[in-house]
Amino acid sequence: MEEVKKISETEAIQMLHQYNDDLLPKEFGIIGKTWTILLLIIFLTGIYCYTNQLREGLAITGMRDFVFWGIYISNFVFFVAISLVGSLMTAVLYLMNISWRAPLTRIAEIIAVAAIIFAGLIIIVDMGRPDRVVNMFLHGRIQSPIIWDVMVVSTYMTLSILLLYFPLLPGISFCRDRLTDIPNWQRRMYTILSLGWNNSPEQYRIVKRAVTILSVMIIPVALCIHTVTSWLFASTYRPGWDSTNFGAYFVSGAFLVGCGGVAAGMYLLRRFYSSYEKYLTDDHFDKVGKLLVLLAVVYAYFSINEYLIPAYKMKGEEGHHLTELFTGYYAPMFWSVQFFGMILPIAILLFKKGRKPLPMFVMAVLVIVCAWFKRYLIVIPSMSFMPLQELPEEWKHYTPTFPEWAITCGSLAGALLIITFFVRFFPIISVWEIAEERGIPSGTIFKHLNKNNEK
Amino acid sequence: MEENKNKPERKNQERRNFIKSGFAAAGLALTAAGLGKVLSGKEDSDTGEKINVLTTDGKVMEVDSGHIRKSETCCVSPSEARTGIPGKKWVMVIDLSRCKHALKCQHACQKYHHLSGMNVWLKVFRMQDAENTAPYWMPKPCMHCDKPPCVKVCPVSATYKRSDGIVLVDNQRCIGCRFCMAACPYSTRSFNWEEPQLLHETSGATYSPETGFPQKKGTVEKCDFCPDLLRQGKLPHCVTACPNGVFYMGDLNDDTVTNGDETVRFSQLMKDKSGYRLNDIIGTEPSVYYLPPVDRLFPFKDPVKEANIGKEE
Repeated sequence: MEEVKKISETEAIQMLHQYNDDLLPKEFGIIGKTWTILLLIIFLTGIYCYTNQLREGLAITGMRDFVFWGIYISNFVFFVAISLVGSLMTAVLYLMNISWRAPLTRIAEIIAVAAIIFAGLIIIVDMGRPDRVVNMFLHGRIQSPIIWDVMVVSTYMTLSILLLYFPLLPGISFCRDRLTDIPNWQRRMYTILSLGWNNSPEQYRIVKRAVTILSVMIIPVALCIHTVTSWLFASTYRPGWDSTNFGAYFVSGAFLVGCGGVAAGMYLLRRFYSSYEKYLTDDHFDKVGKLLVLLAVVYAYFSINEYLIPAYKMKGEEGHHLTELFTGYYAPMFWSVQFFGMILPIAILLFKKGRKPLPMFVMAVLVIVCAWFKRYLIVIPSMSFMPLQELPEEWKHYTPTFPEWAITCGSLAGALLIITFFVRFFPIISVWEIAEERGIPSGTIFKHLNKNNEK
Repeated sequence: MEENKNKPERKNQERRNFIKSGFAAAGLALTAAGLGKVLSGKEDSDTGEKINVLTTDGKVMEVDSGHIRKSETCCVSPSEARTGIPGKKWVMVIDLSRCKHALKCQHACQKYHHLSGMNVWLKVFRMQDAENTAPYWMPKPCMHCDKPPCVKVCPVSATYKRSDGIVLVDNQRCIGCRFCMAACPYSTRSFNWEEPQLLHETSGATYSPETGFPQKKGTVEKCDFCPDLLRQGKLPHCVTACPNGVFYMGDLNDDTVTNGDETVRFSQLMKDKSGYRLNDIIGTEPSVYYLPPVDRLFPFKDPVKEANIGKEE
């Protein structure tokens, strides 16, 4: 990647042609189609089960008065967590001027957008009266952390969509101009979405400026979304939630799972589009791997604060809660999640061989899966230890029901569908940002990308 | 002090009369406005029939029934229910030394609030603070905290604190997020997970947060201190149903509480019997006070035996 310094005009044009050919969205092969159909089936099953839930109430879930928040809420926390990666990859690395981020930003940003959209949807799924969602605007109370969450999540969603969309404009216009045998609706979609983009230097100047502003704005908002989400728990008196460490603990865990999401996405793209190998290089995996280790270590630090210090005291209900996690009912899940989701990835990714694409992918998937169950362990056990006796036994242990799983999996499939459709129709790696990263002068890029100049 | 000791006895007698005569005139009650009218005695005409009533300063007086206004027995609208009963600050005292787990309080509560399914507003727990301490029964209604964490977190003000100290839920506004259930350190709230099975008589009733029915699917509910009864000058169902006088209800401004049989000074009761509040350390300032389970009226019996005794009665 250090080939740069001076590139002649002809060389540059050649490179750009190459990028275009490599990075334009392509039709899916058989695997891509099967994947899409599979996701659609899971998603539609979720929708079907949700219509049942609308009719019959939340009684079709495993939640009861004892454990009244279940996997909908832990899934919500997961979505919010993974969406933080957008701000990390796009904004933090951008403002730090880290050059290798260029092919990763859009992957990170589409994960962020898909996740935050479904975070918003799944929280409505959890509501007993989704028909009264408007009450939050009619009667909203600023004292309630839920209202804070509504505000920051919607702000983050807006900023994320803009941060995805602005740098995408050249890409959309490029699809509009260069993709030949596409159906009419697709061309129309590109025409509308490209907003009359014609690659003028002025437009690039505006987009770059907008991205800089958005990058600065999105960092505090990103910290807010997950901090406020942690406050939904930390503002209560329950053991395991009543913690001042929760904000930092949630944010650090969020960066870890988001980074894992990007690593997994990188691997899959590279696996199924061989032309991407030139852009998502082993070197990128190496860098992301190191970042993952850093984030996992930070997360380990906050986990120690979260669990070991209360465990030193073993105070009353808190002690009971921790005992259940460490050696009781939840122990197998708790230790698996700590080991596979944090310790093992640190151990493997510390070695250069561990940061090759395939082991990276395996570690990334482990991080993501463990992150999901980690949120289960954060949400559910805290509700299980109150000295209530008059409830039926099955209310004390929460087991998610089939419709509940179906709806949850449906939401995960929905988020993956957004990402899948995006990859199908838009360039997931930004041509102009790659070109800039590799030192091609902006003037050449604009000229080349502009179809009028070409003709 | 001397004087005070005699007082409860006399009041007790007066209170009984009041219950017999005043409350027996079913559905009649004094509203604050009505009392003003009674005392001025200008507008209403006499009927000749005399009724005993309890005034706000705890005295019994005889008034003509014509001076008594019938309060609206039911259904204060959701917006009206947001303001408390003027001049009142309700408190409840639960005497643990008298509870024998008869569960009459709970049955009455379930019956009169038309609670179906598993939603139980008033739970009675078997408590044992440590391995070597004695077990005891503890009825647990909503604490109606003065600093209610549930009200703090509600995003839509569906649950609210009134001027008379009562915390209510408006199930026409509740969005069912269950954040209040998470916030409540006493776990007193229930959720309508499915469509509530409404009994005949309630299905057509007009909803009021003061009565809590008809219940609605997907909303939170809880013990409400029976404000509809308090408004009519009556005692909550659990208080009247308890055969052992465990529950005292009263007005902190008056400094009197009554369990139906005896009316006592609240402050004196707290002083004499070392009243305390549940988990007071967390600063929620409950309106429910407990009297410790000392000098018990009944020996503690295990639930199975207790259930059988209940049936024999």
